[in-house]
Amino acid sequence: MAAPAAAIAGIHEFEKRAAGGLSPLQIKAECAARALEDAGLTWADVDAVYDASEAGRMQGLTIAEYFGVTPRVLDTTAVGGSSYEFHAAHAARDIAAGKANVALLTYGSTAHSDRRAIGTGWRGGSEAQPAANMERPYGLTLVGNYAMVARRHMAQYGTTPEQLAEIAVTTRRHAMRNPQAVAGLADIGIRNVREISVDDVLGSRLIADPLHLLECCIVSDGGGAVVIVSPAVAAGIRTRPAWILGTGEAVGYPASGADITSTAAARSGPEAFGQAGLRPEEIDIAMIYDSFTITVLAILEDLGFAKKGEGGPFAAGGRLAFDHPGGPALNTDGGGLSSNHPGMRGIFLLIEATRQLRGESTAQVPGARLAVAHGNGGQLGTRHAACTVVLGTDGATG
Amino acid sequence: MNAMPDEPAPPERPLPVFPEPDTEPFWTATAEHRLTYQVCRACGQVVFHPRRHCPGCISGEPEWRDSAGRGTVYTFTVVRQNGHPFFRARIPYVVGLIDLDEGFRMMAEIAAEPDALHVDQRVTVGWEDHPGLSVPVFRPE
Repeated sequence: MAAPAAAIAGIHEFEKRAAGGLSPLQIKAECAARALEDAGLTWADVDAVYDASEAGRMQGLTIAEYFGVTPRVLDTTAVGGSSYEFHAAHAARDIAAGKANVALLTYGSTAHSDRRAIGTGWRGGSEAQPAANMERPYGLTLVGNYAMVARRHMAQYGTTPEQLAEIAVTTRRHAMRNPQAVAGLADIGIRNVREISVDDVLGSRLIADPLHLLECCIVSDGGGAVVIVSPAVAAGIRTRPAWILGTGEAVGYPASGADITSTAAARSGPEAFGQAGLRPEEIDIAMIYDSFTITVLAILEDLGFAKKGEGGPFAAGGRLAFDHPGGPALNTDGGGLSSNHPGMRGIFLLIEATRQLRGESTAQVPGARLAVAHGNGGQLGTRHAACTVVLGTDGATG
Repeated sequence: MNAMPDEPAPPERPLPVFPEPDTEPFWTATAEHRLTYQVCRACGQVVFHPRRHCPGCISGEPEWRDSAGRGTVYTFTVVRQNGHPFFRARIPYVVGLIDLDEGFRMMAEIAAEPDALHVDQRVTVGWEDHPGLSVPVFRPE
């Protein structure tokens, strides 16, 4: 592969899961300032801004003013939770094209404080749109949408509830090593915060068969920021750069005769690995959007970590834990299932992947050199967007 | 009708919103209990959800056809939590994707005992009538 054109140089994750009255914009600005500080940069260095309009409509018009920056590149790709992987991919592309040197990605949300029922609330809307008109009357919740993928995966491949539950068990184990996750779970009202077993998961109530409560991500407040820079800027920063080695983008949508157990990751993954010149088995850290257990299982297969249909056995036996040889280590911060999910989790995948490559995770994999961050936005069983970002340390592929 | 002023209206099923020219013919046909889909005159592709253009070719013009309303369950879920008042009152209920025999896949409610339903089960369309349209509800054969 060619020398990588861009690197993550600054990161920050908002420490709390209950924001205590801060607005999403305030969370974004605080995270942006801390991430710039992390890289040794300031607002004046920022020349590219990426924003998903999660804190207000058409935020591209107002966010530069709010921060106090003067971008030469503005990208408002908004594709749900995967927006931040798209932003990273676009930042790398824009930096490679010479259009920018310091790209700022931010996210802020008060979903917990706003009491948003993301998974089980009304999502039918009232817009006169073709797809919505064909689905609105049936009352499919967001959890139910993903549950339809799980049901089909079980019927088609014999995947078991126990195998899916292993994913929630592993991410909770990782969360219990992360003090911010432990404090956050308590702050959002989860009692008796502790490690959980497969029996705990399967003993929790069904939300939409076959998905149980503990297979669903939490709803938190939160936010984060990522600063992506050119090689020239990276040479002068004080952190270890996490190089963007490859990216791939795709969308998935319903089609007659299509296999819904196969997601857009089956297209974004090979594109990203191909650009990076790497194979999935070389990856140490798999930061995969865990809205639900089935999301991880299907995407592990689609990215090529396991063959299609074999994700269940692959995830069994603690295989995805940070201290299990043969990895990859999954969502070592605790994931959306047990650490942080304010509605759109994508930015945290980039942040924790970078921590691992710096050696700074609370569930550190010794010597981690290669990571993948895979964002999934929208709804897996119908229409979704996916972006895969492959990251590596200095010389990781050399 | 002697509705008591303090009594909240019964929650109603959310329905499609019009004007929406791609899907309005589908819903108009449901008033006659016809389940319709489209086939491209030029390339023969089955088109669903309905739309004006053919996603399979650029010369296409999808034409409307009637389905026999029989198919198999591709996948389904049993919804056990929904904050919307209409659906909260129906819990638990089944939503699935149905592969119709004519080759199109659609989302619909399935009126079935959750524990008795399985993937690949045969189902037939039935109808829940509303003013101006009917909502398809599938039942096991």
